[in-house]
Amino acid sequence: MNVSITVNGERHEVPLDLPVSLLTVLRESFGLAGTKDACEQGECGSCTVLMDGEIVCSCLVMAADADGSAVTTVEGLTPADGLHPLQEAMLAAGAVQCGFCTPGFVVAGAHLLDENPRPNELEIKEALAGNVCRCTGYGAILRAFEHLAEDER
Amino acid sequence: MTTGAPTRTRGGIGVSVRRPDGEPKVIGNFAYASDLSAPDMLWGATFRSPHTHARLVSLDTSAAAAMDGVRSVLTQDDVPGKHHFGQEEQDQPVLCDGVARYWGEPVAVVAADDEETARRAAAAIVAEWEPLEPLTDPEVAAERGSVYREMRVRRGDTEAAGSIVVEGFYETATQDQAPLGPEAGLAVPDAAGGLDLWVTSQWIHIDHTQIVDCLAMEADAVRCHPVGIGGAFGSREDISLHIHVAMLALDTGRPVKMVYDRNESFVGHVKRHPARMWLRHEADADGRLVRVDGRVILDGGSYAHTSRAVLANAAFFTVGPYRCDNVTVDAVAVRTHNPPAGAMRGFGAVQTCFAYEMQMDRLAEALGVGPVDVRRRNALVAGDPMPTSGQIVEGSLPTLEVIDALESIPLPDPATHENPLTRPGGTGLTTPPSAIVRGVGYALGLKNLAFSEAFDDFAEARVVMTTAGVEVHTAAIEVGQGLVTVCQQIARTVLGTDRVAVVWDDTSRIGSAGSTSASRQTQMTGGAVHAASVGLRDRILAAHDGDELRDDGVYRTGVRVATIEDVCADGPVEHHERFRHPPTERPDENGQGDVHAGFVIAAHRAVVDVDPELGLVRVVRVDTAQDVGRALNPQAIVGQLEGGIMMGTGFAVMERLVIEDGVIRNPTFTDYLIPTFMDAPAVETRIVEQGDHWGPFGAKGIGESPTISSTPAIVSAIRNATGRDLTRVPVLPEDIVGV
Repeated sequence: MNVSITVNGERHEVPLDLPVSLLTVLRESFGLAGTKDACEQGECGSCTVLMDGEIVCSCLVMAADADGSAVTTVEGLTPADGLHPLQEAMLAAGAVQCGFCTPGFVVAGAHLLDENPRPNELEIKEALAGNVCRCTGYGAILRAFEHLAEDER
Repeated sequence: MTTGAPTRTRGGIGVSVRRPDGEPKVIGNFAYASDLSAPDMLWGATFRSPHTHARLVSLDTSAAAAMDGVRSVLTQDDVPGKHHFGQEEQDQPVLCDGVARYWGEPVAVVAADDEETARRAAAAIVAEWEPLEPLTDPEVAAERGSVYREMRVRRGDTEAAGSIVVEGFYETATQDQAPLGPEAGLAVPDAAGGLDLWVTSQWIHIDHTQIVDCLAMEADAVRCHPVGIGGAFGSREDISLHIHVAMLALDTGRPVKMVYDRNESFVGHVKRHPARMWLRHEADADGRLVRVDGRVILDGGSYAHTSRAVLANAAFFTVGPYRCDNVTVDAVAVRTHNPPAGAMRGFGAVQTCFAYEMQMDRLAEALGVGPVDVRRRNALVAGDPMPTSGQIVEGSLPTLEVIDALESIPLPDPATHENPLTRPGGTGLTTPPSAIVRGVGYALGLKNLAFSEAFDDFAEARVVMTTAGVEVHTAAIEVGQGLVTVCQQIARTVLGTDRVAVVWDDTSRIGSAGSTSASRQTQMTGGAVHAASVGLRDRILAAHDGDELRDDGVYRTGVRVATIEDVCADGPVEHHERFRHPPTERPDENGQGDVHAGFVIAAHRAVVDVDPELGLVRVVRVDTAQDVGRALNPQAIVGQLEGGIMMGTGFAVMERLVIEDGVIRNPTFTDYLIPTFMDAPAVETRIVEQGDHWGPFGAKGIGESPTISSTPAIVSAIRNATGRDLTRVPVLPEDIVGV
């Protein structure tokens, strides 16, 4: 079967030979390697993307179920020139170590900021509780959001 | 000749410069091993033993080989060279040698046109097994003499006695490193019969040695390349799929990629040794340690890996950072049929730190003094003899200073529990908030720096001056900790330019940097970069009779005498260095000697809220003061402290591989729990700077310290809150409730 998925603003027809996940299609068919595969169980959030404006673990979405949807990955969130303010804030705060979880945090964090531009500490933690980071202990990620709030002021 | 104002090097040591790999990581185009591909690439997959211990009666790969798209199926018979590998002892078969010795041991590997076909083909392999009785009890293994190493420490008077005695038996579970990046690799054959490998690793040169031995290839025919790593924490210190993917590429003549999924990752790397420890402390009436006796058993699982070195750490750090002149330790690492254990952040010092810190709490209770007080009275400081080895502590050891710095951090206000999200158990808590109890606990942790026991520990670096800037060449592995930034900062500071790029060289282009482990790379590769930069600077200054090197050239008494173009008139100028730390000794038969290259100390204080009815814990905060020698990049240090504390928090209250009869029952992120943002305690850090005797600019490695004493601090806080005598980690609800 073929599915039609709009990825980062571009509409694509994708032939599906196997019952694969949206994650696999993004990585293998579109070469969008920024979306990471770390658990394939929806537990770690490394594969987080936006699907029709909602955050999903792309490992848990069958590619066939993404038919007709619009998907935004970390590549799509990154402006053509420069960085998304959250990406800039994460760099400044030292919120990136191994970086494997980082794209997932960028996507989930940008979504949070769209919904709630001034989240408090607990709102940040709750919104990002589905994204596991094994390196930073989350402190620097929290400070990245604080930098953003300061910049806004 | 021109004159110029002195320049201050941007991005040198001591400032929190941004990491050069940060931007690619944050936009998602940093190339991790699992992201690599090559034209005409095949995918590999592994068939594994479903038994903990069994004889392989027959193996039928014909159905797998006959599948469409399958290009290769290989077994132990196809291993071209040595059939066994291992960095300390070559005891692990590349593929099952007729007997499976742990659950999930690789038996055969396949290569196919796509990943799905490769996995299906692996599943189509038919093996007939004769199950054998597995040896899974480490104490039985010790009785039977199934051991990797025994360590014996005898120091002072073994008959010494104190007036206060505390004694305890402690256990630590199997912790998994659980790096987010899975094991992954790409092998690409070349036209000359050689091979290029990009595989997740912490030390490509030790991989290379084992790979060429097993492939029976010349050393220069195989090149191991550094590659993007999604965290490591010890899990990549040993070979995983390296030889398999290489064999498949050689057999097919095509590039082959392998990536473990999460379940496979849990069986595909070594874990933290589970430990059983018995300790007896005797102190005088003032609480000063008179005598410590200890017994330690580490379960090394089915193959040796680094068990011998892990055991030495456990044994030498059985007393911790406390003075004691009479010490007896008997420690053993045993061979069982449990999953192989090896390196994990803290490397043996984690297990015994939990035990000795519980003992220090008990000693404080027996004395009727505070937990900090008893630690101060016994604090080991620079110039003291190590309680175990007798080695005089050289360099800095600011034990009292880290205690003072920790105590300067204010304690939090009492909890209000207004928001259910911040109660133990979160919104699921059914206990009235008024029943929640708070506790505070302290711990100190001591760790050795770099490799010990006369290991020839070195790191190479080559620093090259070009007209476009400076290149730092190294094979040291960046796993996320920020080594790349520190190397840049050191070279900038010495060479007076901010134009420094780190170039990762493969094994054919530069010598070993040693492992990214043992908290060693800031000091070892950092030391090599420093020495190479100094050598290069001095060479350039001598060639132009200058006294200062700046971004735009060589200066003499403030006047420029040569531009960088002049310096590089005959091409790039370079200096290569092989850096070693001060030599260490093998311990004698009593465990005595100068076995360690240096030491690092940390202090942690944990605050917990506990629901004593349901046994639920919320770790409210974990504050720390850390000895760093000299802070080269403060932000990166804080990142290590916070991240290490989180790993220690996980070990204290949730992280445990459940292993029954050698079978891992929870090899998924659903069942093996890692702390999330909601579990994360607040952390405040204090960096204590006292330059050490050999690291660059006096720096120490700090990658492991944060994980070592954070765990006992949290358990101590739970004890303090509940009065429960907690003796194992992770602390489970039943330990608190007492069922």
